[in-house]
Amino acid sequence: MSDMHVFDRHAVRLHRDRAAALVAGVEPILSDAASRLLDRLDDTTHRFSQALDLGGRGVVAPMLRARGIGVVSLDLSPRMAAISGGLAVVGDEERLPFAPGSFDLVVANLSLHWVNDLPGALIQLRLALRPDGLLLASLPALGTLGGLRQALTEAEAQVAGGASPRVSPFPDLRDCAALLQRAGFALPVADLDEVRLLYADPLGLLRDLRHAGEANAVAARHRTIPPRALFAAAMAQMPQQDGRVPAVLRLAMLTGWAPAETQPKPLPRGSGQVSLADALGPR
Amino acid sequence: MLDPRLLEILVCPVTKGPLEYDREAGELVSRKAGLAYPIRDGIPIMLPDEARVLDERTTS
Repeated sequence: MSDMHVFDRHAVRLHRDRAAALVAGVEPILSDAASRLLDRLDDTTHRFSQALDLGGRGVVAPMLRARGIGVVSLDLSPRMAAISGGLAVVGDEERLPFAPGSFDLVVANLSLHWVNDLPGALIQLRLALRPDGLLLASLPALGTLGGLRQALTEAEAQVAGGASPRVSPFPDLRDCAALLQRAGFALPVADLDEVRLLYADPLGLLRDLRHAGEANAVAARHRTIPPRALFAAAMAQMPQQDGRVPAVLRLAMLTGWAPAETQPKPLPRGSGQVSLADALGPR
Repeated sequence: MLDPRLLEILVCPVTKGPLEYDREAGELVSRKAGLAYPIRDGIPIMLPDEARVLDERTTS
């Protein structure tokens, strides 16, 4: 494991424990993201039989089972694992408890963004896959909750004269594909999907984040109770659209395959028989 | 009770080595790590922080 310690994993677990009883309230959002992700299964002729559901919060496992796929669900929180809908295991994405080649599909729906060592977690996931197994992951990318982040930062600067991280840092889309490649996945693809939500008031957004177990778990966060004026000031600064508060989730959709002999590969360098200049035909 | 399908795929998260299922104690034992992972309500808790540290006699 690396020494990077951006996220407080105990807080992540606590937030998920608390959210287990409330997560049904955000089921539509999680389901929407999950079905966008699982749509990618229709793009392949592969048939999958044994899936690992990472942090699926009771949404992903039923969808996989409806496709006739057996599901093991891993969550850091025992309560969230218990409602996952798959064969439940409590564990840490940073220290996966599975033997090599245990699965032919891994689905991580909005669950890898609180992991400190993402490259390490991806390598472990690749090893848990059989050759030619598929990783499907959605994670919030840079720009997600941008309005909230900006409003909180500006309000905190005004109220407290400084700012602390109150919204998790999210990776850039370009970094996601590079990460997959670095973790040894073949045919890595990262594309962007945008989910636009409208809230009647800004507190609704904060409530949904809590219900999803997504409350702030950045290790460098302020541990003291924020001044009462902070949220009022921040909420007043949230951009509005026809009297409602828009929130944008920019979802990076990641696909990568565990390497196998049968996969298409580029030819070795220098093995080409036709010069590029001839192929392009300039004179 | 632990689902037999989980027994086939679970390994110690620290050593990635094999686990022994202690049915009576309701634990998954990693000799190499000297840790026993509890099973609560049929759910294995594969977190080193929550595992029982084996004393030296049992690890031998």
